[in-house]
Amino acid sequence: MNEHQKDLAWRVGGPQGSGIDTAAWIFSRAVAIAGFHLFGRREYYSNIMGRHSYFDVRVAHHPLTCHRNTVDLLTTFGSEALARHAISVVKGGGIIYHADSADEPLSRISFLDARARADLEAYLDERGLPHSTAGLLEDARRRGVQTYAVPYDEITSALAKKLDVPKAVADRTVNTIAVAVSCALLRHDPRYLIKALEKTFPGRPKVIHMNVQAIELAYEFVQTHFDTRNFDFRLIPAEKIEPRLLLNGNQAVALGKLAGGLTFQTYYPISPATDESVYLEEHSNFPTRNGAPGSVVVVQTEDEISAVTMASGAALTGARSATATSGPGFSLMVEGLGWAGINEVPLVITLYQRGSPATGMPTRSEQGDLQFVVHAGHGEFPRIVLTSGDLTEAFYDAAQAFNYAERYQVPVIHLLDKALSSTTQTVEPFDVSSIRIERGELYTPPPGGNGRGPYPRFAITESGISPRPFLGQPGGIHWLTGAEHNTIGIVTEDPVIREQMVEKRARKLELALREIPLDEKFKVYGDRDAPFTLISWGSNKGAILEAIECLQADKISARLVQIRLLWPFPKDELTPLLKSASPLVVIESNYSGQLAHLLRAQTGYGANYLIVKYNGRPMSGQEVYSALKAIYEGKSEPRVVLRNPYE
Amino acid sequence: MPKITAKDYRVEEPIDWCPGCGDFGILSALQQALAGLNLLPHQVAIFGGIGCSGKAQYYVNAYGVHTLHGRTLPYATGAKLANPDLTVIIVGGDGDGMAIGAGHFVNAGRRNVDLTYILFNNEVYGLTKGQASPTLPLGLQTKSLPEPNIQGNVNSLMLAITSGFTWIGRGYAYEVRHLVGLMQRAIQHPGLSYLEVLQPCPTYNNLHTRDWYAGKDLEDGRSRLYLLEEDGYDPVIPPGASSEMIAAKICEFTARAQEWGDRIPIGVFLENRSVPTFEERIGKRIPTYRMAPPARRPIADEDGRTITDLSGIFAELTMA
Repeated sequence: MNEHQKDLAWRVGGPQGSGIDTAAWIFSRAVAIAGFHLFGRREYYSNIMGRHSYFDVRVAHHPLTCHRNTVDLLTTFGSEALARHAISVVKGGGIIYHADSADEPLSRISFLDARARADLEAYLDERGLPHSTAGLLEDARRRGVQTYAVPYDEITSALAKKLDVPKAVADRTVNTIAVAVSCALLRHDPRYLIKALEKTFPGRPKVIHMNVQAIELAYEFVQTHFDTRNFDFRLIPAEKIEPRLLLNGNQAVALGKLAGGLTFQTYYPISPATDESVYLEEHSNFPTRNGAPGSVVVVQTEDEISAVTMASGAALTGARSATATSGPGFSLMVEGLGWAGINEVPLVITLYQRGSPATGMPTRSEQGDLQFVVHAGHGEFPRIVLTSGDLTEAFYDAAQAFNYAERYQVPVIHLLDKALSSTTQTVEPFDVSSIRIERGELYTPPPGGNGRGPYPRFAITESGISPRPFLGQPGGIHWLTGAEHNTIGIVTEDPVIREQMVEKRARKLELALREIPLDEKFKVYGDRDAPFTLISWGSNKGAILEAIECLQADKISARLVQIRLLWPFPKDELTPLLKSASPLVVIESNYSGQLAHLLRAQTGYGANYLIVKYNGRPMSGQEVYSALKAIYEGKSEPRVVLRNPYE
Repeated sequence: MPKITAKDYRVEEPIDWCPGCGDFGILSALQQALAGLNLLPHQVAIFGGIGCSGKAQYYVNAYGVHTLHGRTLPYATGAKLANPDLTVIIVGGDGDGMAIGAGHFVNAGRRNVDLTYILFNNEVYGLTKGQASPTLPLGLQTKSLPEPNIQGNVNSLMLAITSGFTWIGRGYAYEVRHLVGLMQRAIQHPGLSYLEVLQPCPTYNNLHTRDWYAGKDLEDGRSRLYLLEEDGYDPVIPPGASSEMIAAKICEFTARAQEWGDRIPIGVFLENRSVPTFEERIGKRIPTYRMAPPARRPIADEDGRTITDLSGIFAELTMA
């Protein structure tokens, strides 16, 4: 942060496998521990080692809800990161780079794709600069950016000597050194960094010790080689440090599931969903408030078909059961989804959307599955689709999904995306005591034993909900089947029973629409009465909130209607807002405007403007703001595509 | 408590298999086997696949789950792992299990969950009118095939052993008493059991008929089927068996599993007690698994408040 800006955008980039993620977590912890709020965004290729990845950490003394396009302090490993991001660094900002990358021809950077290279070469040609990192660094200096060459090898050699360890061992601290150089330039107290290391490597005193020594050398290096007074940005810790959680979206969902009583989770590895299940498996055993040990069984299955059907099988026994996947996996799960629908199985599917169709872009974000998810499956059956706009919502929604699944005896799909899954953020501590577990209508067996004769599991009721016994319960014997069935679950093709069953299942959604509280259907932000109405869903929320703040600074009032319940669609309560909307702007991360279509189909109201982004990257507040400003000023086409070639 | 009889496992439902179908023998054996083990009907869940055999679960008075085509194993696995006290039995056909369900079959073997999988093998798809199933040998032409079978067949016993099933047997639909014994041993085996039942399809399989199995076409008119147990075959791999012993057992198994034609073995092919069950493996990671499995672990207090205590995890994630 400096006197002009209320926040700092730090970016670390380098080849995948070089520890970008670790560096970002250390930096994030080092600033969060000092009481800052932060918002982190992670971008990476579908690759194990070598391809370019980067991590943005935006820091402020107020809550942050999205990333920024521009960078204040860039730290890079290797020349590709330098090439890709140098031009995003603002005037007064800084670039930290490896001394070896100071003059690398762009043509020698193997993973810099032809399009990006051509763009950069054109940029350099306009400025009469050579096609190399030296050209980009020179351009940065001309724009008022400080450049800091760091000879990492010299520092790690010094560290090896100091600790009497092999150079290869000392080299493992390169990430810490990079972070420490950033922190030193920002004049951040190194003790926060040391605390961050203790959080990052718990129970590994030797690793911590070595890294602490590395920090000392890095700070020393910065102080002796750079004039930090030249650097505009600094981190001044909060006066009062409030404890906050620092976590990412996958963790928020996993913790919400645990709080919600998850006892059985299945998954087949798929980006970007896997981390949630891995995190759950790491926490298979946990304490409970009544002293009994808590646990969750996590099973890695052979495919997504198995994941969804195994989770269904577990749900039939009374376990709170879930699976997590991404679009391609969900495609495979669809037959199992239909089975859960006709059998009224309370099953939770967490779906992290990524760039699609088919394999698409496995590690990039998109909101391309909305229409698929609300309609997935052959035939008609009820399902509930929830979507969360930030990490806090993701936590509570993950817990609530089980309540909906059991209360309405339907599959519940919790629809998220890669952007949210990989968002790291400081959030206010979650209030677990506010979570209630509602198991819906359960069948209680008669005292004294095993009633003879089948139990009407699928009894026709006014609400559509039939009391549910668990497999293994005395007195509850019934059948389940993917075929249409009578009340005890025996296959039937009787036209009258068919109608009754279709209608009974459909009634559950009417009940859900009546019972689900309004703020779980949608939330309104900004100026509630402003006609300038933005409608969106999922992870775009943060960028739109920031855009609304920017509009406010321009004395433009706008409101955001954030849809949280995508199915059944809360059309009745939305109608008054839609009626008073002028203009009505729908914002989403896909090509066709899937929410806009749903809105029109369900309410008859069409969007006046559609703002979309489908390059696989999340929206920033800045780009949404610019698009909204143009709309407000009447200078916009009805369809606006957000683009950023440097992401 | 009065003794459980096969009658307790009967239902009133009309049975819509073709007259003379081998499935009747399997159904009767299953009802007798469950009663003989003195299991209460509600303690049993039967998972059926798609096809004639998949209907068997409707005809047993126990929890019955008619699943999707080929997906019996994962459904059953989920139920069993969530409630390990449930006796879980899977009934499915050769098409269901060896074609669309083959991936699940292999991977179920890797887990060794305590399940009993009964495969009704009639070598054809009955309910879709007689197509060749993956167990019909290459070049055979049943009456509904326009041309001889152009695809080879899978040996399901061999697939079971290579996948890791720890109990493997074969029965015959019309040898009901023998089948009852096999089912009981399969159910009692702690681990994944595979029981193939040779089941003549009177409507579509005009080659491997009841008469064919009885050896009526053979010169000596002797039944093709012989009992492994009467032939001195020992299927047991004891706990802690040496790798040499396991290798020798697999060789013997393979020799028997390849026999087909004029002499077809039935009985217990493998009883491997040297492999821990999946439930045991989970129990090592989650010490309270058996006591409080997913289906029964309390998750809320009387007020419906969650009892999960995340304070330790939150402390790790708290920055201050």
